[in-house]
Amino acid sequence: MGSSYRIALAGNPNTGKSTLFNALTGLRQHTGNWAGKTVSLAQGNVQYKGKTFHLIDLPGTYSLFSNSSDEEVARNYIVFEKPDVTVVVLDATSLERNFNLALQVLEMTKNVIICINLIDVAEKQGITINERILTNRLGVPVIKISARNKKGFPMLLDTIDRIVTGAIECQPVPMAYPDEIEEKIKKIEPKVFELVGNQLSARWVSLRLLDGDEKLLNEINQRFGQKEVVE
Amino acid sequence: MSIQQLYMEAQQLSSAKLRDDIVQQLYEKSHRLCSEGIKYTKSKRDTRTEKLDAIFTSPIFGFPIMLTMLGVLFYLTIAGANIPSSMLAEFFGSLEKYLTAFFSFLNTPEWVHGVLVLGLYRGTTWVISVMLPPMAIFFPTFALLENYGYLPRVAFNMDRLFKRVGAHGKQSLTMAMGFGCNAAAVISTRIIESPRERMLAILTNNFVPCNGRWGTLIVLASLFMAANFTGGLKSLVTTGVIVGIVMFGIIVTFFVSWVLSKTALKGIPTHYTLELPPYRKPKIFDTVVRSSLTRSWSVLMRAVKVAAPAAILTWVFANIFIGDTSILMYAVEFLDPFGKLLGLDGYIMMAFILGLPANEIVLPILLMGYLSTGSLTEVDSLVDLKQIFLDHGWTWLTALNMMLFSLLHYPCGTTLINIYKETKSKKWTFLAFLIPTVIAILVPLIITQTVRFFGWM
Repeated sequence: MGSSYRIALAGNPNTGKSTLFNALTGLRQHTGNWAGKTVSLAQGNVQYKGKTFHLIDLPGTYSLFSNSSDEEVARNYIVFEKPDVTVVVLDATSLERNFNLALQVLEMTKNVIICINLIDVAEKQGITINERILTNRLGVPVIKISARNKKGFPMLLDTIDRIVTGAIECQPVPMAYPDEIEEKIKKIEPKVFELVGNQLSARWVSLRLLDGDEKLLNEINQRFGQKEVVE
Repeated sequence: MSIQQLYMEAQQLSSAKLRDDIVQQLYEKSHRLCSEGIKYTKSKRDTRTEKLDAIFTSPIFGFPIMLTMLGVLFYLTIAGANIPSSMLAEFFGSLEKYLTAFFSFLNTPEWVHGVLVLGLYRGTTWVISVMLPPMAIFFPTFALLENYGYLPRVAFNMDRLFKRVGAHGKQSLTMAMGFGCNAAAVISTRIIESPRERMLAILTNNFVPCNGRWGTLIVLASLFMAANFTGGLKSLVTTGVIVGIVMFGIIVTFFVSWVLSKTALKGIPTHYTLELPPYRKPKIFDTVVRSSLTRSWSVLMRAVKVAAPAAILTWVFANIFIGDTSILMYAVEFLDPFGKLLGLDGYIMMAFILGLPANEIVLPILLMGYLSTGSLTEVDSLVDLKQIFLDHGWTWLTALNMMLFSLLHYPCGTTLINIYKETKSKKWTFLAFLIPTVIAILVPLIITQTVRFFGWM
């Protein structure tokens, strides 16, 4: 009893992320401020099997390349605040575009659930989704739900529960880049690892550095200071 | 090795097309995943959304539909709020008699009754009876439009206009947010990526009347602008005036954005992709309950929290005398010449200054100011209310000027704090205060002087 886990909800705008959040938390929610910033994120609790899942509703974004402050907030929460599980909510009717964000999240953190919402609408439009194949290709659980009709919630909560208890281990299949990029990543990844240790995914940080993500650089500087080795 | 050195090293390794390669890779993988894991059995596309979009975003019908929607929204709010508002006012008024009786039964000193009943109780119940009914209608209706998917279409329609003045199309979304609360809308400008366009959205957001100003606008419009009409027509005329005021605010928004993007915030608007999500039937009951409960309630609580101390302060100022004049009167007399120039008066200027923490309390403070010197002591209905204004020399021009001043003047304290937090700049926060204030002084000044010059008054 009493163990509490932080579950972050990420997703594109208009995927029903907030509907899911509201349906799960009911009226037991509040907004909180994060890490000195004036960002307020809606938060709420769900009780499940004697555990408390503390849900955090991240801003809806199309990518996590920190183009806008919303994207930065969502990215920083996933990477630095390290929620126990990150649930990425996708719109079943436009998965091709939505997977983009999911793939980016999978590069940043391990414990991810892909939650395909609006499955009722998709079925009406004749879209059949084989979640087993997707689970297999992505290496993390893929679940179909309909937040509006509160369908698929037991499965979602149970999967969250099994991830936090360690019954399922997520093994995200790494994104493979063209050889040219992979070589560059290999060159700096060990050095990044020396610096950030296991705190962050060294592969992901390397990729961001290659991409010239100065905002991330500043964020790492602020949070890790000038320490030679962390941990 | 520090992270900076690593960054330099990475930058040397990197090439210009790396970002493109990364994004392309992501898209290819998404595409592969979809072709492996998803089957499209029926090729039935969402034709309903396409058909609706052809109407809602049509170059011909788009704007008229938008204006009509806005009008209907305001009409529902104004017409629907009338009766509950007066019922609440009556209820609180009759409760006040019992409170007064209770206080005299306890033999409390006169000033205790003054501060608590005439100041605190009257001020806060006023805010509640004027604000609660319109909010309880406006927020849920607005939320329904939002959930149905109409708002992105508004952004789509407005995009061209915003582009023309050098601003970002998403600014129309932050403006829509401003109808609820400017302070929240300032935070919502985060959806705009470019700092320049974001600043434009922040600086002009105030020209959209927030719900704290609805009360003032609605009361004044129905008392003075639609005075000669009765029944349903009265609400209709009031709606017309309010829509006009809102349109004027939007025109000022465009004008200020245009001037700024040619001067202090030079630049060309950035491109962006706006997703038009499919129309979805909202869960009507859930939406209504949630938005009335959370939004209306939290806004109202904020109003009451600010109104309570301000009401007490106003009462104290009105009742502490230096010589034979109260502190309030000194301030009023000091501000009066300036107010008169704008077609307002010292009380109104005073109310706007004391109302800095929250726009909700401007009208209650004004009334308390008038009442502290006038003979009338109880406001039971809107008829009495109009009499108070008339006793202090109000005309339709005073009402119009006050509505315009309310629409255009400086943002409330909370909004200013948010602007500072978002921009981290004292200069821009000050400008966000200065620009509206100058406009709010100029517009009534010009109107008043023109009207007087032509002898229309």
